[in-house]
Amino acid sequence: MSLAYYPGCTLKTKAKSLEEPAIASMEVLGFKLEEITRWNCCGAVHSLADDDLIHQVAPVRNLIRAREQGKNELVTLCSFCFNTLKRANLLMKANAEKRNTINSFMDDEIDYSGEVKVVHLLEVLRDEVGWEALAQKVKLPLRDLKVAPYYGCMLLRPREVAIDSVENPIILRKLLKALGATPVDFPESTRCCGSYQVVSDPGVISAYAWNILSSALSHGAEALVLTCPLCDYDLGQGQKELVKKRAEFRGMPIFYFTQLLALALGLDPQVCHFELNYGNTESLLREKNLLP
Amino acid sequence: MSVKAKKKSPTTTKVKEEREVPKVKLIPVYVMGKRYEVPEGLTLMKAMEYAGYKFIRGCGCRGGTCGACGTVYRKPGDYKLQVALACQKTVEPDMYITQIPFFPANRAQYEFAELTSAPEQVFKLYPELFRCVACNACTKACPQGIQVMDAISALKQGNIAQAARLSFECIQCGLCTSRCFGELAQYHMFQLARRIYGARILPRAEHLAEMVKAVNEGKYDDILGELKHMNKDELEKLYQEREEEPVTAGEDWKPKDKTYL
Repeated sequence: MSLAYYPGCTLKTKAKSLEEPAIASMEVLGFKLEEITRWNCCGAVHSLADDDLIHQVAPVRNLIRAREQGKNELVTLCSFCFNTLKRANLLMKANAEKRNTINSFMDDEIDYSGEVKVVHLLEVLRDEVGWEALAQKVKLPLRDLKVAPYYGCMLLRPREVAIDSVENPIILRKLLKALGATPVDFPESTRCCGSYQVVSDPGVISAYAWNILSSALSHGAEALVLTCPLCDYDLGQGQKELVKKRAEFRGMPIFYFTQLLALALGLDPQVCHFELNYGNTESLLREKNLLP
Repeated sequence: MSVKAKKKSPTTTKVKEEREVPKVKLIPVYVMGKRYEVPEGLTLMKAMEYAGYKFIRGCGCRGGTCGACGTVYRKPGDYKLQVALACQKTVEPDMYITQIPFFPANRAQYEFAELTSAPEQVFKLYPELFRCVACNACTKACPQGIQVMDAISALKQGNIAQAARLSFECIQCGLCTSRCFGELAQYHMFQLARRIYGARILPRAEHLAEMVKAVNEGKYDDILGELKHMNKDELEKLYQEREEEPVTAGEDWKPKDKTYL
């Protein structure tokens, strides 16, 4: 089955380790992630200013691309792309006045009113593949790997775009279970990573990272799994500082959920690009006999 | 142009010679807001010259390839601005025309020898790349019909090769930049992309290096020396008796004398 897929710029530059294992894994599961053509930046962040419609143009244009290429559903991998696309879609669906303004500004495109459904790959795994079916396809169960699921903000907030319960999400826990790993619940799993604050105040990131990583550690996690390239960057860069500052902290390996998926499905570890990860993910996996 | 038909000669023997005067229809155009009557069929550039403008800038090849005569115009009853090269587009009645021969766009300074194919270098030289909001005004302003916004998207995705390929027809007129909401200098970014693509991404022509080496090692010195000392008759004979590649020859055709291959 073919799924229309929107990658986003970061997956083509910094986060190959999120995209490549996803494409390879979905193929094993019988789905072809087919990149829509002529996509542009998702808009990077949803603009909260009520009258700032120009920043809705980029996400809406991508939705129009999907629509004109005959797609009713658009799969995303990056949490930020998911959030900006889905929120722009809701705006185009619900707000007639803004819809008209945007459509008349984009007089070079077909009119759009929210026809495309924006979904995240985790939803496809849950709703289309199913946890049980996924578990049956696992060739290398991630036994003894204690992983804390970290959601960040963009998959869960605001409520109208959430892929799971805003307060008590379980979708990553279910995934980890299906892959044979041991999920480690911790109270900071939906706390913000610091997001774009890193641009104006890089120092703030290590404080956020400490709250999140130390909590995961104290609950017994050996690694963190996440879905968002910005969370990955903030927690990764943040922990680099922490390792220098705190003698007791030795760093925490951070995985993208797609890397663990591909590994458990028995794919060539090269497709996972573990070399791009923060923290020493490869030595942890070797310790657990999950890497040769 | 309509040419007035020659009148039939009267039956009288005394025929007055009548010169054929081409009847030119004049149409109104507005150059920078002022109305002129110009002959139809002229290019915008010739029409402006007809109206009395003299180009010392904003005019180059007059053949549609140099990019010096970027022009913006609008037709009555239409809010849309249109673009053209003044040397290519012919006048239409009531056009409002203005030239934008130069745009003061930012061009990054770099030492090309130090650049690799890493997209981060483009991001660093042109950080304003990420000010693009995908409004697509650049694409609408391109007289070459380039998908300018798509090429900018390719750059943001780190795909220098795609940006180079999409922008291949760019003639650097700068009209995209003149319309850009985010003040990006698209055409300078594309030029950088094409330079990196050509020098760092496309495969090197190894056979060329081999040939240069052979030339330097003197493989052709003797034959060239002989040619230099031949007289006209000898050269003509050699030329006429040369082995020609047949029109139907395939790619694997080789001459009988392979000494210099």
